[in-house]
Amino acid sequence: MYINPNEILETIQMVRMEHLDIRTVTMGISLRDCSHPDIEVFNENIYEKITTRAKELVRTTNEIQSLYGIPIINKRISVTPIAVAAESCRSPDFVSIAKTMDEAAKDSQVDFIGGFSALVHKGATIGDLKLINSIPEALESTEKVCSSVNVATTKTGINMDAVGLMGGIIKKTADLTADRDGIGCAKLVTFANAPEDNPFMAGAFHGIGEPECVINVGVSGPGVVNAAICELENPNLTEISETIKKTAFKITRMGEMVGREVSRRLGVEFGILDLSLAPTPVIGDSVAAILEAMGLERCGAHGTTAALALLNDAVKKGGAMASSSVGGLSGAFIPVSEDAGMIEAVRAGALSLEKLEAMTSVCSVGLDMIAVPGDTPASTLSAIIADEMAIGVINRKTTAVRIIPAPGKEVGDSVEFGGLLGNAPIMPVSNFSSETFVKRGGRIPAPIQSLTN
Amino acid sequence: MASSRFIITVIGSDRVGIVARITSVMASFNVNIVDITQTIMQGIFTMIMLAEAPQENFDLAAFQEAMSVEGQSLGVEVKVQHEDAFRFMHRI
Repeated sequence: MYINPNEILETIQMVRMEHLDIRTVTMGISLRDCSHPDIEVFNENIYEKITTRAKELVRTTNEIQSLYGIPIINKRISVTPIAVAAESCRSPDFVSIAKTMDEAAKDSQVDFIGGFSALVHKGATIGDLKLINSIPEALESTEKVCSSVNVATTKTGINMDAVGLMGGIIKKTADLTADRDGIGCAKLVTFANAPEDNPFMAGAFHGIGEPECVINVGVSGPGVVNAAICELENPNLTEISETIKKTAFKITRMGEMVGREVSRRLGVEFGILDLSLAPTPVIGDSVAAILEAMGLERCGAHGTTAALALLNDAVKKGGAMASSSVGGLSGAFIPVSEDAGMIEAVRAGALSLEKLEAMTSVCSVGLDMIAVPGDTPASTLSAIIADEMAIGVINRKTTAVRIIPAPGKEVGDSVEFGGLLGNAPIMPVSNFSSETFVKRGGRIPAPIQSLTN
Repeated sequence: MASSRFIITVIGSDRVGIVARITSVMASFNVNIVDITQTIMQGIFTMIMLAEAPQENFDLAAFQEAMSVEGQSLGVEVKVQHEDAFRFMHRI
C-alpha cells in the first residue's frame, strides 16, 4: 500500500510539535493467588509475582517506543485491590504492603504502581477498613504507590460512612506530607463507578473481573486536537466536532498499534485502550486550550460545560471507530494542576470549584488535582466528595475526587508538585459547614436509574 | 510486526551531500531503499524514504543511532520509524 508523504509529515508533526504521545502502558497483574494469613509471606508473594510479571515491561516498551518513534511517557503496574488480596492477613495495618509494592515498582523500573485500593460502595469489610486507615502512612512512606477507594456506584448508591471517613483520611495524608505541599493527596482518588481497567493513575487498579495479566494503554493528545481545531478557518461547532472525531481516530489508532505490539511481545493479553485526552503542564498540551479554541475567552466562562460535552462526545465517537477495545475512562481529563490552561483560568478568576463540578458531569473523571486551603475541615472535603459521587451515581458515569488540602496554604498561594503533577493555585471552598450532613452517615440509596434489569 | 520496512524521514535546511551521506549509512547497515521522495517544502529540505531492513542480524537501535549521528553532523533531523506507525494511524 502506498504511503502518502503528507500523512507521514502529519504524523511527525503531531509528535514533534503537538505533543502526541502514548501516556501510559500499564500492566495489570492479579494478586489473588498471593493471599496468606502471614503478612510477611503475603509481601514476599506479591513482590515475587509483580517483579516476575513485569520483568520485561519497561525494556519492551522502550523498544516499541524507538521502533515507532512515538514517545511512551509512563510505564505502570496496576494490581488487584489490596483490600481484596490482603483480606486474610492477620495484621493490624497494611502499610508494609504499600512498601513492598513500592519496592517492586522500583525494581521493575516503572513510574507508578496502583492498587492500594478498596471497593466499599455498599459496605466495608474488616480488611477494607484496615486498608483505608493505612492510606495516610502508606502514601507518606512510599514514592510510587497510588491509592483509590470506590465509595459509590449507580447500582448501590453512596456509602456515606466511607465518604465521611475519606475526608479525614485525605486531611491526615496531607498533614503527613506537609513538607511537600501535601503531595500524598495527589496519589489518592475517591471514586464513584470506578472502572476496573483504567490505566490512569492515581485511580488504576486491576479489577476483580480482569484476567491474570493484561496490558492496558492510555493515549493522550490534547495538543493534537487543539492544533487541528486551530487550523480550521472560522468553523461552526459541527465542523469542530467532526475535526475532533477524525483526530481522536488517529490518536486511538496509534495507541491500539502500540498496545497490541507490547502485548504480543510480552505474551500478555491486550486489555483496553483508554482514549482519554490527558493534559500535561506543558504549554500547548492543554484541554482548557481546546475549549478556548472553540471560542471561549477563558475556560470557565459560560458555555464551557457545553464545549466540554462536545469535546468529550467527539473523542469517544472517533475512538470507538478506531478500536474495538476502547475502555477505561475514555474522555477528557480536567485536572487543574496538570493543565497550563486550567491553571491560568483559575488564576484569572475564570474558573471556580463550582464550575469545575458542573463540568465533571460531562467529562471523563471529576474534580481532579484541585488544591484547597489547608484549614478546610474534613467534613467539607467529605461533602465535596459526596456531591461528586452523586453526579456519578445519578448519571451512571465514573466520577472521582482528587483534592489536596495544602497544609498551611490559603487562597492566593499555590502548591508546586513538579513533573506531570504540575502546580496548582489554592481554590476557595464554601465556608458554610456540611458537618451535620456528613456525620449522619448511612447510605444514600441507589437511585431509580439502577433498576435496569 | 509482519515486515521490516521503515519510513526514514530527513528534515532540515538544504545543503550539498545530504542524500549521499544518509544513504551511505543505510548501505553500511545493508538497508535497501524501496521508494524515495525528496522535496523542498517552504525552504526546508524534506526527504522521505521507504526502506527495507535485512531480516536477520539487523540491529535497529544501532542503525537509528548511526542515522541520528550522521543527521546531526549534517544539521538535519533523521527519524527511522516502522512503517506501521504511519499505516495504522491514517487507515482502517
